[in-house]
Amino acid sequence: MIAQLIEGVPRRALLLLGVLLAALSLAPLIAGDYLITVLILILYFAYIGQAWNIMMGFAGQLSLGHALYVGLGAYTAAALYVHFGIGPWFGLLVAVPVAALAGAFIGFLAFRFRVAGVYFAILTIAVAEFARVGFDHLAWTNASSGLFLPVSQYTHNDLWHLRGSPIMFYYILLVACVLAFIFCRALLQSRLGYFWRAIREDEEAARAAGIDTFYYKMIAVVTSAAMTAFAGVIYAFYYNNLFPEQVFGIQRSIEIILAPIVGGVGTLFGPILGAFLLTGLAETLTSALASLGIDLPGAKQVFYGICLLLVIMALPEGVWPWLSKRFGLKERNE
Amino acid sequence: MPADVYLNVAVGGVLTGLVYGLMALGLSVIFGVVRVVNFAHGEMMTIAMYIAVTLFAAFHLDPLLMLVPIAMVMFAFGYVLQAGVINRFITRPEYAQFLLLVAMAIIIVNVQLIIFGPDAQNVQTSYSYDSYKIGALIVDATKAYAALAALVVALALFLFFKYTRLGTAIRACADNYTGALVVGLDVKHLYALTFGLGAACVGAAGVMLVLIVDVTPSLGPAYTLLAFVIVITGGLGSMPGALLGGVLIGLTEAMAGLLFSPSAKSMFAFGILVLVLLFRPQGIMGKRSA
Repeated sequence: MIAQLIEGVPRRALLLLGVLLAALSLAPLIAGDYLITVLILILYFAYIGQAWNIMMGFAGQLSLGHALYVGLGAYTAAALYVHFGIGPWFGLLVAVPVAALAGAFIGFLAFRFRVAGVYFAILTIAVAEFARVGFDHLAWTNASSGLFLPVSQYTHNDLWHLRGSPIMFYYILLVACVLAFIFCRALLQSRLGYFWRAIREDEEAARAAGIDTFYYKMIAVVTSAAMTAFAGVIYAFYYNNLFPEQVFGIQRSIEIILAPIVGGVGTLFGPILGAFLLTGLAETLTSALASLGIDLPGAKQVFYGICLLLVIMALPEGVWPWLSKRFGLKERNE
Repeated sequence: MPADVYLNVAVGGVLTGLVYGLMALGLSVIFGVVRVVNFAHGEMMTIAMYIAVTLFAAFHLDPLLMLVPIAMVMFAFGYVLQAGVINRFITRPEYAQFLLLVAMAIIIVNVQLIIFGPDAQNVQTSYSYDSYKIGALIVDATKAYAALAALVVALALFLFFKYTRLGTAIRACADNYTGALVVGLDVKHLYALTFGLGAACVGAAGVMLVLIVDVTPSLGPAYTLLAFVIVITGGLGSMPGALLGGVLIGLTEAMAGLLFSPSAKSMFAFGILVLVLLFRPQGIMGKRSA
């Protein structure tokens, strides 16, 4: 199975992956608290970017409402924990199906009625906004005053209840990223992956070739939503507070799509590279501004906007396809 | 609640809806001709709103008097944006155009946040609290003026597209891109003009809207979405559809604000969007082709 997964990948690309993984595994030994929080953000965006990429990069369905799945995952697990003391891993068993159902709902609405392209993107935003306003009024999750998880000083890391130090969350997200990477690689090599790419390239032709496009697009949405919900659960237990505006807002959805777009839509390494580039540079910018005594809320977002603009104009495929071509890291059969 | 309360709220909703309609008209014109989905539409409107608020704060210039000058500034902004950037993206995939405007939207919102801060700003004119009384009906003067101005601008736009040579040329580009090129139309220039017109529409709508709502940077994304809901409801590319959609959404929001809670009103607009996408994806006035 491993042989199949790495088939066609140049040796130096594998070596690079190995070095990166080793460096990330050892990072907490030398990294300070601040660097760990930045790395957690990077891994978080890399993971969600990977999940979003299944929809947009593989199956060609542009979702601008992925904050919906993050939020549903986060709120479901957090509410179960706060109200019934149900731990996050059991909460996950509810949170993931809830988000998957939401994905299925959007997919059903859109794909049944041939809502495609930009209309589909707008539908995803609208449902996320609907959820934001809805949660603003949902008393069970404390409406707009926010849902808080109990916090105390932790002497040890309780993996079972996800109560502990940032380093624990770092490793959880690292494992999640690695698994997502392998999972997506396997997906791309499967029949499903080929069907998705056929739909992405030309949906009419795919249908003419006998692919049940409705069914396979539904699988893409549901898979992507379910994966994203896991990140939501981690988000809830890492930040310990949830506000509808913070969680479901459209700016969250846009943040999610930046890393894979800048890194390279449809590529496996794009979301990871994009997350490192964007979050890394933005945090550097923020701390540089802070050290100059300048506090500009919005500066980071302006920077994101400019990055997105530059990449779309200069490197429409993203940074990774360009890099991998230059350094001979490209897969042979693609 | 007595019946006249409903009536008053409904009329207020319809009047605000006409301004929404003008805003959406800009989006519809741009999409109908250039085939670009302007994801920075609400953000462009907040630019006009901030210009109006700033001019009022600095020189006490009445927004209604500044309607035409600000619309012209927005026209120039739209023209330059299309001619300088978006024209290069005409042949690119739909999602690339969309993301280009997403990037613009992010930049506009946050530059506004840096310049103007997150607090709401508004305009207090001498007629801010005036109202007309017609029988049991009480109509806010600001809403009446804004709606009237929206109708005038919309009518001017209809006439321009229907009866002028330039308007006819633009419609030719919309109907058949290759054909327009073949007969020697300068399509890129016409596209830029159209984007400018769309920007002028949304700019005019923004100037009138400062009389009705307070402006914050976060208004941009909210109104982009609202404009989409309106044009999809009315029918993308249909000019009467945009106005009708605006009125429908304005009315829905006003009634939802009265019957439920003002903060929940946008849920009802999204509910309408979902219903339209389900049962009439081409919109109320749209043609069945997309």
